Amino acid sequence: MKRTTMQVFLLAGALAFGLSAHAADITGAGATFPYPIYAKWADAYKKQTGIGMNYQSIGSGGGIAQIKAKTVDFGASDMPLKPDDLQAAGLMQFPAVIGGVVPVVNLEGVAPGALRFTGPVLADIYMGKIKIWNDKAIADLNPSIKLPADPITVVRRSDGSGTTFIWTDYLSKMSPEWKSKVGASTAVAWPEGVGGKGNEGVAAYVQRIKGSIGYVEYAYAKKNKMISAAVQNKEGQFVQPDDDSFAAAAAYADWKAAPGFYQILTDQPGKTSWPITGASFILMHTKQDKPQQAAEVLKFFEWAYKNGKAMATELDYVPMPDTVAKVVADAWKAQLKDGTGKAIWN
Amino acid sequence: MATPSTAAALPPHMSISEPRRVTRDPEPPTASRAAGVWQDKLFENITRFFALLVLALLLGILLALGYSALPALDKFGLSFFTTSVWNPVTSDFGALAPIYGTLVTSVIALAIGVPVSFGIALFLTEMCPTVLRRPLGTAVELLAAIPSIIYGMWGLFVFAPIFGDYIQPLLQKIFGNLWILGPLFKGAPNGIGMLSAGIILSIMIIPFISSVMRDVFEIVPPVLKESAYGLGCTTWEVVWNVVLPYTKVGVIGGIMLGLGRALGETMAVTFVIGNAYRISASLFEPGNSIASALANEFNEAADPVHRASLIALGLVLFVLTFIVLALSRLLIARLARGEGNKT
Repeated sequence: MKRTTMQVFLLAGALAFGLSAHAADITGAGATFPYPIYAKWADAYKKQTGIGMNYQSIGSGGGIAQIKAKTVDFGASDMPLKPDDLQAAGLMQFPAVIGGVVPVVNLEGVAPGALRFTGPVLADIYMGKIKIWNDKAIADLNPSIKLPADPITVVRRSDGSGTTFIWTDYLSKMSPEWKSKVGASTAVAWPEGVGGKGNEGVAAYVQRIKGSIGYVEYAYAKKNKMISAAVQNKEGQFVQPDDDSFAAAAAYADWKAAPGFYQILTDQPGKTSWPITGASFILMHTKQDKPQQAAEVLKFFEWAYKNGKAMATELDYVPMPDTVAKVVADAWKAQLKDGTGKAIWN
Repeated sequence: MATPSTAAALPPHMSISEPRRVTRDPEPPTASRAAGVWQDKLFENITRFFALLVLALLLGILLALGYSALPALDKFGLSFFTTSVWNPVTSDFGALAPIYGTLVTSVIALAIGVPVSFGIALFLTEMCPTVLRRPLGTAVELLAAIPSIIYGMWGLFVFAPIFGDYIQPLLQKIFGNLWILGPLFKGAPNGIGMLSAGIILSIMIIPFISSVMRDVFEIVPPVLKESAYGLGCTTWEVVWNVVLPYTKVGVIGGIMLGLGRALGETMAVTFVIGNAYRISASLFEPGNSIASALANEFNEAADPVHRASLIALGLVLFVLTFIVLALSRLLIARLARGEGNKT
């Protein structure tokens, strides 16, 4: 009996030592949307460098709380923090990966990509002002499609999510009424519709309910072969959601002009830009108590910008364009300091 | 989720709420005897400590909930319980819609679950051929072992399509034009909403209620039933006039156990209720329950008032469950008193 206890203690001690030997592992927590790609990058990075990255997808709200409490090396959020909030919390943020949000419908006889929407029409549908499919506003945009006289069932997220933030931000930009009555956030007071939990919940509801419209991340629309719709962008063009149109929105965005990278990629200029695009952000403290550790985080993301592109595309995310990666690296140099005020990244 | 103690689930003569104290023989204490007494004392104290620990935990949770909910209760006061606005953008919260949804879905669950469970228990104890008794009983109990998320996924992917395509239109056809029932079945038949959630809940609580009912029905002394049969009673008369009166405390206990589960059920409800902060007369419309609101929003509730409001919702559920339990105790006590008067 005594001996086994001893052995257990020894084993525990060995384990503790083993763990502390890998103290260089970096930790992060936050948004669920980019979790698959962060996990994939972490796996590949560990194989190359031996340094692990432990990411917990506890949600954007949790990520912001954890980085403020300094329990993790970086936080992740789908909703960028406003420059004032960043300043107040002593944080900086940078975009890590891009994704697109796509309207999907369940209408018989409509081919994927055939249906066309404009932002104001989408806003009116989600406000409950346009109630049937053959409403004049929709019919005028789609003269070649025979729309049924069926009621529209609006589907949206029930949980707080970055996807909802991107979607409601877009609707706010498109409709002053939406902006004043509902607004943009990770969760809002929906005037209309049923709520599904997670992208998979919305996808399931839309596939299930005839005459429904919903919004999901692009990957879900693609994997489930859902009927996505074209949306008119800022230049008046109707564009299809795909990797190229998301990347175009990110490339046309003027990151340099956006203080603190507070840049929401909805309704960006550019003829080929998808109007409902968003980036997922990484949050770090500008004044680092553990500069070594912070440098490891930066190395990881530098590596991901450079070598993680194929992996991101594989999972239907859009990698950051090189031009943006350069702007981000400049911001690291300028903003991240150790205790003595020396730059961490150079 | 609180569950009633087993005392409620057992008939009066098996009640364990008033333990009988065994009086010890006044034997002269020998050395080993003294050690035994000492051990007894220790044992008693340890068990008392465990029992008190539960109470302390309960109080601790209650206090923690109350404390964390303070910012919301402070800001909204009593209007938190009387308004149904839920707007994270403007930080405006009211709990009425989820409270309403929780109560309505639980009532639907009981309305369906109790008669069905009663039938199951009755069949298993009174009418079932002995060969079938075991496999059927085990099957019912196994239903209780299925994780609730499976019920939710099954509800969304299998039940909701069938319910929306066939049963909801049928219900609308039958009841749609009646003046009281009609409004209950208005709205698009899409298989999602309060009624679907209530039905899924009823399936989840049936195993609990029916196995408690079966257990208490089984302990009715055969002599009682046989004398009733001997007097020429039908099976129904035996059950209604002999078995039920004899086991009513246990039956109520079982129902309360089911209700407790229905009130607090989270994942399965979240999948099918539609998650809309709305109070509508129609059972086909989407609604929300307290537990599913918590499951949906806690992750991303960064705003302190939002978080506090969610915790306040949890507190409401706690109090709701407490009231239900208290009412069931009261009911049982009244029944027991009524029994005394009869004789």
